[in-house]
Amino acid sequence: MATPKKTVAKESGQEKAGSPPEFSREQELKALRDMLLIRRFEEKAGQLYGMGAIGGFCHLYIGQEAVVVGMQMALKQGDEVITGYRDHGHMLACGMESRGVMAELTGRRGGYSRGKGGSMHMFSKEKHFYGGHGIVGAQVSLGTGLAFANRYRGNDNVSVTYFGDGAANQGQVYESFNMAELWKLPVIYVIENNRYAMGTSVSRASAQQDFSKRGVSFNIPGKQVDGMDVRAVKAAADEATAWCRGGNGPIILEMQTYRYRGHSMSDPAKYRTREEVEKVRHDQDPIEQVRNRLLADGVSEQDLKAIDAEVREIVNEAADFAQHDPEPDASELYTDIYR
Amino acid sequence: MPIQVLMPALSPTMEKGNLAKWLKKEGETIKSGDVIAEIETDKATMEVEATDEGTLGKILIPEGTADVLVNTPIATILADGESAADLAKVPAAPAPKAAEAAPAAAEAKGDAKAEAPQPAAKVPAAPVSEALPDPEIPAGTEMVTQTIREALRDAMAEEMRRDGDVFIMGEEVAEYQGAYKVTQGLLQEFGARRVIDTPITEHGFAGVGVGAAMAGLKPIVEFMTWNFAMQAIDQIINSAAKTLYMSGGQMGCSIVFRGPNGAAARVAAQHSQDYAAWYSQVPGLKVVAPYSASDYKGLLKAAIRDPNPVVFLENEMLYGHTGEIPKLDDFVVPIGKARIARAGKDVTIVSWAMGMSYALKAADELAKEGVEAEVIDLRTIRPMDTETIINSVKKTGRAVTVEEGWQQSGVGSEVAARIMEHAFDYLDAPVARVSGKDVPMPYAANLEKLALPSVAEVVAAAKAVSYR
Repeated sequence: MATPKKTVAKESGQEKAGSPPEFSREQELKALRDMLLIRRFEEKAGQLYGMGAIGGFCHLYIGQEAVVVGMQMALKQGDEVITGYRDHGHMLACGMESRGVMAELTGRRGGYSRGKGGSMHMFSKEKHFYGGHGIVGAQVSLGTGLAFANRYRGNDNVSVTYFGDGAANQGQVYESFNMAELWKLPVIYVIENNRYAMGTSVSRASAQQDFSKRGVSFNIPGKQVDGMDVRAVKAAADEATAWCRGGNGPIILEMQTYRYRGHSMSDPAKYRTREEVEKVRHDQDPIEQVRNRLLADGVSEQDLKAIDAEVREIVNEAADFAQHDPEPDASELYTDIYR
Repeated sequence: MPIQVLMPALSPTMEKGNLAKWLKKEGETIKSGDVIAEIETDKATMEVEATDEGTLGKILIPEGTADVLVNTPIATILADGESAADLAKVPAAPAPKAAEAAPAAAEAKGDAKAEAPQPAAKVPAAPVSEALPDPEIPAGTEMVTQTIREALRDAMAEEMRRDGDVFIMGEEVAEYQGAYKVTQGLLQEFGARRVIDTPITEHGFAGVGVGAAMAGLKPIVEFMTWNFAMQAIDQIINSAAKTLYMSGGQMGCSIVFRGPNGAAARVAAQHSQDYAAWYSQVPGLKVVAPYSASDYKGLLKAAIRDPNPVVFLENEMLYGHTGEIPKLDDFVVPIGKARIARAGKDVTIVSWAMGMSYALKAADELAKEGVEAEVIDLRTIRPMDTETIINSVKKTGRAVTVEEGWQQSGVGSEVAARIMEHAFDYLDAPVARVSGKDVPMPYAANLEKLALPSVAEVVAAAKAVSYR
């Protein structure tokens, strides 16, 4: 995708051949660290859920780390991020602190929503993270509204609006596409296609399985991206942000990715084989790809272990905080309803 | 030190499960993410993935074991460099807390005695909102006669002049000058940037409005009628009303949703519904339903300035009605305060919006028969001004509610319940409710008239509670 064109349908799927631009060593190391942080955080969250420290629904992001990390590498101060309920990775990528996110998962007062939101409902005005939304597809209209505000104010910020292959079938997504193109709103619609909407595979739910084409009838350009390769994500994000900042309106990026865990913690994932998961994990793991490139580039195993140790330290500290921080005071029951 | 693997909870409600199968043997290498065992819950068979790396040191719970309580150690993992000898270092298994495990076990056996009564957790009292009084209108203030349509337009125009973050969006609000001409002239004054025609896409543009509000703008979202807003109700309730709470106070939503509500004339069931009760149930929303022209203006200005999401219910039948509006630079009526529209001592009639037209006419009729009714115009449905209602009922001892909406779980039911809770000892008769009939709105003129409340019904109810 040199420049996004209006005849996107033709472009779709054609860019997969050839390697994306190389990262510098600094970029590779940053991508590795940021992805590892999400992976280790999510593993720990799964563990705490297993111990009963986290309640309710908990949707893990393991396997999809390259998407948010690559996108974030292309953003600038003030760009907004909004997503659905599988949101832990997005928050960490935005720079929200592990301890605040983990403490929200455990429902404690030090959580980003003071324990009143939980896994699916967290926000950070400071980091321009607008949630964390539990109703599938609702964030697409909201994210379009964030882009509307950017245009209204005449700034050149971009709204990065994430949703999944499942949400892509909701009606309000297309209502939003229509308005975004009509009003040339600066919004990147990032469709994280992890191949399953809960237990329903894309082929069983979607008449048009090429999600980059979902904007064709609104003249919104789109592109399929290898969402397991952080370099490919970053390259696509660079072009998409340039497109939006240039006043050209919205753009769709279909990130072809995969979640290793079930839809939520209580999903036995019987709709796919263990072999399928293992194959993606073995052949395409986003973190292993970066590790292998770094090792080939002469970085020592020791140095990589040090990064892992640093990340584990952060996550362990977060888990410790999240289990010992007090629950919200009873008086919080009636706060934050009105202001 | 070796790491303990605990029996995981695999669903929000799981308390125990069966260890169906071990997929790794003692001594095998384990990587983070490897599936090490299968657990059967009451709902499904689930895989347990390792979150730590090393060697499977010892299996503590053999496969085939049933009813393993959550958090029971099931295996130990040895880290790099550790050996079986290190297993001794593992502290005695912290068995799941008896207190936690007991209720489940007792429940399974049907042992009622084990369920000791729990002391009720102390629930903090809900805060009471204090409403401000109406602004004082200085003596000698010039009064202007305006239609409600013009009052609404002026309210929006004044607020848009005052604050550049205020804008209006909706179907036909700009070029067409408003489907009911409420936005007449706004496009000409403020331009297309701030007066925005949307496609016919209620769900979508309500969400766009809420998103813009989360980013700090102050949208006025016009629905051509509230009937169409049912398509958008998820965004109004789940996104607009709840975000402040769910974000721990970080991210609110200053937005007004407005448009005509309730029955118009001869537009039948799908276009004639009253949503006051629906929205009034939702914490996080304010719900305003004015009747008089000056309240329409002053309350819409207050709604636009309010930092919370406000549902502003208008009535198409009233758009052409005229009323006196004080000519003041900034006439704002506070949200949450009822108004005594007519003073009286014999019976309290509580109404709002279109219901007030029946209530006021009924009060005239009753006066002819010597019954002095006190008519309260609620104006705001949420937060409800309970105090004004109760003070009146303490005086009259009798109350009637009047609304066009349906009776079941209606606003009148809420008013009656509050009177019962706060003024039971003052009541000389049960509260009577006059409402729309329990039917979808019919089209035929005669049936439509029957489906709506009538002045005669209000008079009859007032007499009934007065035993006359």
